[in-house]
Amino acid sequence: MIFSITPIPASLSEFFWFNTPDGGEVASLLSTTLWMVLGIFVIFTIYMIFSAFSWVIHKLFIDGRNKANGYTSLKTVTFGDESAVEANRFASVASVVAIFFFWGLATGSSLLGPIQLPAPFLGKTSFEYTAINSYGDTDKGTVNLLVHTFDDKPILEKASNIATGFARDSAIKVRERRTALLSAKKIGAKETDGFKIIEINGLPIKPNQIVNFGNGEVLLTSKGSMQIRPYDGMTMEALYLPAPEDVWKSFLKLNKEGYTNVGLWENVFWSLIRVVLGFTLGCLFGIPLGFAMGLSNWFRGWFDPIVEFMRPVPPLALIPLIIIWFGIGEQGKISLLFLAALWIMTIAARAGVSGVNISKVHAAYSLGASKRQLLMKVILPNSLPEIFTGARVAMGVCWGTVVAAELVAAEKGAGKMIIAASKFQLTDIVIIGIIIIGIIGFAIEVLMRKAENRLIPWKGRG
Amino acid sequence: MSGLNINNVSMTFELPNGGSVEALKNINLSVQKGELVSVLGPSGCGKTTLLNILAGFLAPTDGIIELNGEIVKKPSSERGMVFQQGALFEWMNVSKNIGFGPKMKGTPQVEIDAKVTELLGIVGLQDFADKMIYEMSGGMQQRVALARCLANDPDVILMDEPLGALDALTREKMQSLVLDIWKKTGKTIILITHSVEEALLLGERLIVMAPRPGRIHKEYKLPFAELGVGADLREVKRHKKFGTTRDEILNMIWNMEEEIMGRAES
Ligand SMILES: Nc1ncnc2c1ncn2[C@@H]1O[C@H](COP(=O)(O)OP(=O)(O)O)[C@@H](O)[C@H]1O
Ligand SMILES: [Mg+2]
Repeated sequence: MIFSITPIPASLSEFFWFNTPDGGEVASLLSTTLWMVLGIFVIFTIYMIFSAFSWVIHKLFIDGRNKANGYTSLKTVTFGDESAVEANRFASVASVVAIFFFWGLATGSSLLGPIQLPAPFLGKTSFEYTAINSYGDTDKGTVNLLVHTFDDKPILEKASNIATGFARDSAIKVRERRTALLSAKKIGAKETDGFKIIEINGLPIKPNQIVNFGNGEVLLTSKGSMQIRPYDGMTMEALYLPAPEDVWKSFLKLNKEGYTNVGLWENVFWSLIRVVLGFTLGCLFGIPLGFAMGLSNWFRGWFDPIVEFMRPVPPLALIPLIIIWFGIGEQGKISLLFLAALWIMTIAARAGVSGVNISKVHAAYSLGASKRQLLMKVILPNSLPEIFTGARVAMGVCWGTVVAAELVAAEKGAGKMIIAASKFQLTDIVIIGIIIIGIIGFAIEVLMRKAENRLIPWKGRG
Repeated sequence: MSGLNINNVSMTFELPNGGSVEALKNINLSVQKGELVSVLGPSGCGKTTLLNILAGFLAPTDGIIELNGEIVKKPSSERGMVFQQGALFEWMNVSKNIGFGPKMKGTPQVEIDAKVTELLGIVGLQDFADKMIYEMSGGMQQRVALARCLANDPDVILMDEPLGALDALTREKMQSLVLDIWKKTGKTIILITHSVEEALLLGERLIVMAPRPGRIHKEYKLPFAELGVGADLREVKRHKKFGTTRDEILNMIWNMEEEIMGRAES
């Protein structure tokens, strides 16, 4: 026990039924986290080594050529002047290339040509074992191993079995990256008591020991069987991560044929339309609500509790309730997105009103504006920057929420596609889905920013 | 009764901690139509509060304000405001800003356009009609603010340190412009300022206020505004009386501030 948890006072524990966490559980949680820190650190370090390598290339071959010009190049103080820091395009490209490189390397991609991590062993191999029986006789037998891919279903040739002693020959097939168990009974223990394997390819072995036979290794189990593991290489199995080119091929196929009778872009379209509808509803109600809260004591008081309560509730936490109420139809998803956008837009509009410089309001009234005119001509345009910022956040949240909602319940949609594919372990489709979801989320952000620059050129220059 | 009458106006702010501030106490002042009055005083003596009451943004705790015989209760287009900065509408161009007042009243667009063109000429912004506010310098923005206020043809123009955020040179030019406009339009103008020189230059009448409680300390009748119309303001400043009055007022304010600090220390 690492932690001693103080007992909860009787009166409280009567109220809160609470199982004191077991110290062991907590300790294992912490140790997992510590291991993750290590893992993340290693991954990060490898990535940074790659970055350093790219930096050297950049310094040697590119940096010198295009002479920096413009005002920034004349600044002598750049470290600490954020405005003088801009993304190095070469670094951005190199970092993406690096990700694809690692992806290809990890999956044994053919795109990398000769740069390959050791692949798992495939084909025929064999090893010899030496066994002893209770009389003390020793005999040798051969195990022929056929290692095949997932898609191959080879027919196994029968062992020739020219061996005459009690240690028989054996033939066995095994899928790459899997193990095969060869029991002592199967290879010769039938007529002999005390059958024991003592050597693999002339190297001594005892139960629970491992001996390498060149193209793999053999573990002698405590019961005397051989667990054979052909060399499984350093690359990842396509089930976990398919090679980039395979993902591309799947993408082309998916683009053409769709998945479960729904086109790829049809799925994307359904997700998008839900977001657009839910978001629009959210704006339609949220903006007037926010204005009302910014302009009237009564509405501020009336809506404050619900807005302040709903704001920190993540929309994802509402999914179960929404499903209970509306089932898995469109209404539920649109309601969810509406709620996701509503509070964000309300708060943005309210902030917009409170951000109006009081001089502007005074000026407008002194110029003879009515309340209505003040609202439409001053408060509304003046809140546009805040509303747009809110809209950008709301769009992002809606996009995340729609995908999550579709994971739970939908017939069509990007989230539906990846969750369905994951059930059949179609990792390539899952990855394509994730990439497309990311790209669309990014595109939404970029479009919103473009629209913002065009519609509110005065933003930040008031 | 015509003109602006301030009758026994007092303003006491209740503070959240239970205390209270007498921002204004028993202010009496009447301003004739067409007068140019500058109000000067140390920071915190209630100048802005007085102007806000005149504009109708605040109701005084005591006393009343009358404009042309009517009691001032809320903001209205007959009392125009020019603020220090930040009161222009960034989402409109210069013309739309200037035409805002008439537009709110439903004036026909042709008339608005004519008015805007005229005012652009008066404030010297003929070539900037379509510029956006954020594209203009501080001085130009104040020209727009002046024009926007004039577009409504108000009876009184209230200015709260309108030139306070400008650099010295721009400020000098704008002072000439204010005098020009005053002469051309014959408006009643009440102008608050921090600068003694500005108060002397831009005030037929100069009101010096004292703090705690905010009150009128002294009043001057001055010839410099009249002299300054269409003339070189630096020339006016070389006037002997200008120098002596300036020194007198500076001393007065200096002493007020000393007194405040003395009181704060004790
Ligand atoms: N809303 C308010 N609440 C409390 N005190 C205020 C408020 N507005 C102004 N005051 C106080 O009234 C006095 C006069 O303020 P103000 O009119 O802004 O002075 P000035 O413009 O001359 O610098 C100051 O002491 C200030 O602190
Ligand atoms: Mg002030």
